[in-house]
Amino acid sequence: MKTTRSTAKPVHKPAFANGDDIQIPVFTLLKPDGTLYAGAGQSSLERDTARRLYRAMLYTRVLDERMMAAQRQGRLSFYMQCTGEEAAVVGATAALDDADMIMAQYREQGALAYRGFTTEAFMDQLFGNQGDPAHGRQMPIHYGSRELYYLTISSPLATQIPQATGYAYGQKLAGQGHCTLAIFGEGAASEGDFHAALNMASVHKVPVIFLCRNNGYAISTPVTEQFAGDGVAARAFGYRMQSIRVDGNDALAVYEATREARRLAVEENEPVLIEAMTYRLAAHSSSDDPSGYRSKKEEEAWRKKDPLRRLQRWLLDLGWWEEAEEQELVESLRREVLDTMKRAEKRRPPALETLVTDVYAEVPPALREQFDELVAHVRRHPEAYPRSAPWLDADQADDALQDDPSAHDGEARP
Amino acid sequence: MSRMNLLQAINNALDTAMAADPRVLCFGEDVGVFGGVFRATSHLQEKYGRERCFNTPLVEQGIVGFANGLAAQGSVPVAEIQFADYIFPAFDQIVNESAKFRYRSGSLFDVGGLTIRAPYGGGIAGGHYHSQSPEAYFAHTPGLTVVVPRNPHQAKGLLLASIRSPDPVIFFEPKRLYRAAVGEVPDEDYQLPLRQAEVIKAGEDITLLAWGAQLEVVEQAAEMAEEAGISCEIIDLRTIVPWDVETVASSVLKTGRLVVSHEAPLTGGFAAEIAATIQSRCFLYLESPIARVTGLDTPFPLTLEKEYMPGPLKVFEAIQQTMDF
Repeated sequence: MKTTRSTAKPVHKPAFANGDDIQIPVFTLLKPDGTLYAGAGQSSLERDTARRLYRAMLYTRVLDERMMAAQRQGRLSFYMQCTGEEAAVVGATAALDDADMIMAQYREQGALAYRGFTTEAFMDQLFGNQGDPAHGRQMPIHYGSRELYYLTISSPLATQIPQATGYAYGQKLAGQGHCTLAIFGEGAASEGDFHAALNMASVHKVPVIFLCRNNGYAISTPVTEQFAGDGVAARAFGYRMQSIRVDGNDALAVYEATREARRLAVEENEPVLIEAMTYRLAAHSSSDDPSGYRSKKEEEAWRKKDPLRRLQRWLLDLGWWEEAEEQELVESLRREVLDTMKRAEKRRPPALETLVTDVYAEVPPALREQFDELVAHVRRHPEAYPRSAPWLDADQADDALQDDPSAHDGEARP
Repeated sequence: MSRMNLLQAINNALDTAMAADPRVLCFGEDVGVFGGVFRATSHLQEKYGRERCFNTPLVEQGIVGFANGLAAQGSVPVAEIQFADYIFPAFDQIVNESAKFRYRSGSLFDVGGLTIRAPYGGGIAGGHYHSQSPEAYFAHTPGLTVVVPRNPHQAKGLLLASIRSPDPVIFFEPKRLYRAAVGEVPDEDYQLPLRQAEVIKAGEDITLLAWGAQLEVVEQAAEMAEEAGISCEIIDLRTIVPWDVETVASSVLKTGRLVVSHEAPLTGGFAAEIAATIQSRCFLYLESPIARVTGLDTPFPLTLEKEYMPGPLKVFEAIQQTMDF
């Protein structure tokens, strides 16, 4: 039995290797000004997809601006922006089949925007109200959508990466030609789960694409303190996996790289690692202040590489987009986000019973007992529980009316 | 004495430990230049250099494994896990390694110098993954010491004692109180005893037992009870394991009643262990069943966090029911 793939001849002096002889280039098509590099061939991105892609990037930018402002006004407990990384996230999503699975980290709302997650769905999750399918159990930005093939976000880092390998192995067995895209940051790629995921994907020939958003920072920790090797892309070689480094602010390049990665995954059962080189223009989250660990000058340099401007220029040059159209769209998106937010803020909180449902498929008797005690307690002290006490009777009415769809319009009731 | 919040007291304890012993190292995610996401390690890198206070890659199992190795070598690592909710990738290193290093080698090797710090607990709108109280998982592992402070003065003295303890310690910090709890803290180097509970208020009718941030809640409930004419004795357990059975048992022998409260879920929570031991020690003296006021047997929620939490009203009702039994 051979114990390695190597066919190198034996040597008779110690020969060490650290991989420095392997240089991984950055694949890029659009220059920062949005014109094509001389060597860039014909793009396979078609007009309708290109417009959909750019629209989702714009939507994400508008959503992030509005919701960060709302957080600053104290209307929202927490928020995370995708700003600066829209091309990496949306470009990759656009290259997939809409029924391919996406398992993201938490900064990938652009993928949902591309797939048509509604503003109402965004707002209901952000405000944790009755319309949120996860019943306000998770912090804002922990979206999920079964119909859009987007796994509900989990805050612990990197846990979704080996899950993506497993999910994709199941997709391979199902034989319907689908794959899974795992998206994560370069910080998360330090977790053991990342390495386990890549190794298993390679060993079992799984149709999975690992997309690392190398955005320079894991909260405050710069990449120089995260790894000593050549980024994340080089790690694939240790697992004999296909790997590519792409300009993450170039939506066109991300699209083309992911399209080819998908072909390798689905047609040849070759997992692929994509490292998208980008920059987190915003703070890590609304709880973070980057002025403590990076310079304004550095941020400004990256602001000039804005992925939106770059793709916009390309679209304008092709005549596939118009400036006036953009102005109108941005204004209408802002209005839509604001109006929907106002409605979502007013929707009632999730029913008290959602505290104990979904823990198990059925509520166990001991937990049912805890819940009954809680209900009795809330009834004795309604003033202390303004989020649930006013609705206790309405909840019971809901149970009684559950066959009547009009009773579940989700709007606030007196 | 200086007025400090709980974070400043932690920072001061780390500073004191690093100044007193060059073998003390502080590291974890974002603890270097930035001083940690909560700023518990502020200025330590500036003062003691990058060799002794540094950022690690984002890998909890690596952080604790690395810390185990350092401790085995004779260094005194103080590893930060950014949130207690994120300690689980390191569970193997803690449960199978830290806890058993000494036992499996017959004291040839030990990791007694190890301290793992992690912010725990709810009340900050953190949802499932920024709110949990995982002390019971670790309390089930012989070999570990688990410590939880309730205020700035306790935090500094207990953390210094933990760092210098001959056993590995997990030090859970009540993050809800990081900035909210402010008090007088001695400037000098001092330690408070591990494995010793503290009676923080004497009373006659009922014993209330808690730890960390939950003491604030229990104190509010005790005030309501006192208004209703019930005299409460309040005990801070401080060290979860190995725990101070004597202090709790002697209080319950006096009052005949016990309410234990924690944020973690009821089933398998540390209150269960306390109730079992105390009923066996104090059976003939108990006037009523030992009551537990805890989180629900569910993951930690967000919008309905207040309903989940064992707040003062729930503790007060448990006191009343215990008195009226």
